Amino acid sequence: MDPMAAYALRRLLWAVPVLWAVATITFFLMHAVPGGPFTQDKALPPAVNDALNRRYHLDKPVWEQYGLYLWDSVHGDLGLSFQGDRSVTEIIRNTFFVTAQLGVLGFLVAVVIGMTLGTMSALNHNGPLDYVGVAFSTIGASVPSFIMGAFLVIFFAVDLGWFKTLGWGGPRHLTGLLDPFAWDWRRMVLPVVAISTLPTAFIARITRASVLEVLNQDYIRTARAKGLAEVRVVLRHTIKNAMIPVLTLMGPIFANLVAGSFIIETMFSIPGLGRELVNAVIRRDYAMIMGTTLFFTLIITLANLAVDLAYAVVDPRIRYR
Amino acid sequence: MAQDGLTGATTPGTIAQPVLQELARAGGGRSLWGDALHRLVQNRLAVVGAILITLIALAAVFAPLISPYPYQRIFPGQIIAGLSASHPFGTNLAGQDTLARVIYGARNSLGVGVFVQFVILVIALVVGGGAALGGKYADALLMRLTDVVYAFPDLLFVILLQQVLAGTRLAAYMGGLFVVFFAIGLVGWVNLARLIRGQMLSLRTTDYVIAAEALGATRLRIVVRHMLPNTLSPVIVALTFGVPSAIFTEAALSFIGIGIQPPLADWGNMIYDGYGAVLATPWPIFFPALALAITFLSFQFLGDGLRDALDPRTR
Repeated sequence: MDPMAAYALRRLLWAVPVLWAVATITFFLMHAVPGGPFTQDKALPPAVNDALNRRYHLDKPVWEQYGLYLWDSVHGDLGLSFQGDRSVTEIIRNTFFVTAQLGVLGFLVAVVIGMTLGTMSALNHNGPLDYVGVAFSTIGASVPSFIMGAFLVIFFAVDLGWFKTLGWGGPRHLTGLLDPFAWDWRRMVLPVVAISTLPTAFIARITRASVLEVLNQDYIRTARAKGLAEVRVVLRHTIKNAMIPVLTLMGPIFANLVAGSFIIETMFSIPGLGRELVNAVIRRDYAMIMGTTLFFTLIITLANLAVDLAYAVVDPRIRYR
Repeated sequence: MAQDGLTGATTPGTIAQPVLQELARAGGGRSLWGDALHRLVQNRLAVVGAILITLIALAAVFAPLISPYPYQRIFPGQIIAGLSASHPFGTNLAGQDTLARVIYGARNSLGVGVFVQFVILVIALVVGGGAALGGKYADALLMRLTDVVYAFPDLLFVILLQQVLAGTRLAAYMGGLFVVFFAIGLVGWVNLARLIRGQMLSLRTTDYVIAAEALGATRLRIVVRHMLPNTLSPVIVALTFGVPSAIFTEAALSFIGIGIQPPLADWGNMIYDGYGAVLATPWPIFFPALALAITFLSFQFLGDGLRDALDPRTR
């Protein structure tokens, strides 16, 4: 078998037990939480409690619940939310689209600006542009997204009044993606900038170090010696090779964007899955917490898989590990 | 000079003496750690970071002495008051003094930073060391465990653990802080465990470990005398960078309302609280955010300095 395909298959198969382990840990952790989801300050009448427990299968033995949960999860049914009697799968379907827009936009901003800044810094090594780039990446890596968000709101929304701070300006459904009237950029700029600051800083740092290292390689000297234009040396020989270490950052960056979505969506009242999850935790909505955990783990695992495969394509040495 | 050398060659004791003196003068008798410290204090940013961290730590320890008021004291009629002589940082939505709360908030942030690193170090040593030294099966098992914890979204896992722990007896320790701190530690050890494993695996094939084995040193002695000290530098650097990351997680939890709750003073919940008043006044959010950002930058600078000082090869 082609080593690349074998590698991809091995990684894909390994994702299955990991997901199972995460599902199992989540299930038993949630069942170890004392007090049922319907435990309130004022006790419910026993009949109501029994009916609720039956509705959500909480009257069955734990092992049976576990089996049902695994079986249903594999079939894409993540159970019923304890609040409002909605299906968790449906909530995810309705809200993840918004979170995905935030994540994808944040990701694009981080990659484009981060790589530009990092390359600029490296090409201007120890020059003024380099200092600006390094200062930005040091500060950017030290300021958490919610502080960044707060300062952005104070300055750009409150003082200057350029942007809005509540809600999300992107479309709610796939059909709105191509509809220019479904987009309200004034509601999107601040959250996207806030969520992408940290990843941008990281990418800029690694790109700078990586480009500097590549510029010292023999083949760059050869390229220059044979009279290649500097633009060509940078674009064709340097950046392409400097990309490889940057790729390894993508996994942690995806995880960072997911965590960022909880915070930024709460901060800007964005109706996405991150905010749903935070609300579920505050309301002790276990089914929703379990379902969302599983869903986010799946997303991150797939993202990591994609990154590793991309890495193996770019750097053939990886495949034979 | 040459004569000294020649005469010395015949009497071993006399040639060794000047050479030894020369060596002592050049090296100053500096150990590996003395060398590292020397390099560290030459890094200005790292020194600034260390000084700031010391100041913040002092503020945290002596909070009751320096704070102008108790952090929970409410001043009626002083809701989101501006900056004044009696309230240099203003007051918050509940009418509490912001300066007092920023000073007390340092306790949580530095506390979580240090406590979490301790938990992480213990788990990472057991898992990473166990994987490196425990044989093929232990390695496979522990590394698969690491993969699973790595697959969990960090913040989510902390939230889950915190929910579970909150129901146990642990919840009573340290006014509920223990649970938040412990949960963050239980999640954050993956990278350090991988680092320790990798470091130990590569040390196992170094000449001096092989030499020690050949000389008949016991496994325990090899690990304690030769391998652990050489794992220390990267571990110290990783732990330093781990401090701001733990502080961030705690502040983020408190910011979204599932970490440390008011009236306890915490930079994360102060930022959340201040965000509610941001349209009226920026001060309640400005000062805790600034304190958090300064703490982050300080650890970043110190971590960068430590990395350069402890591992000259990376420069």
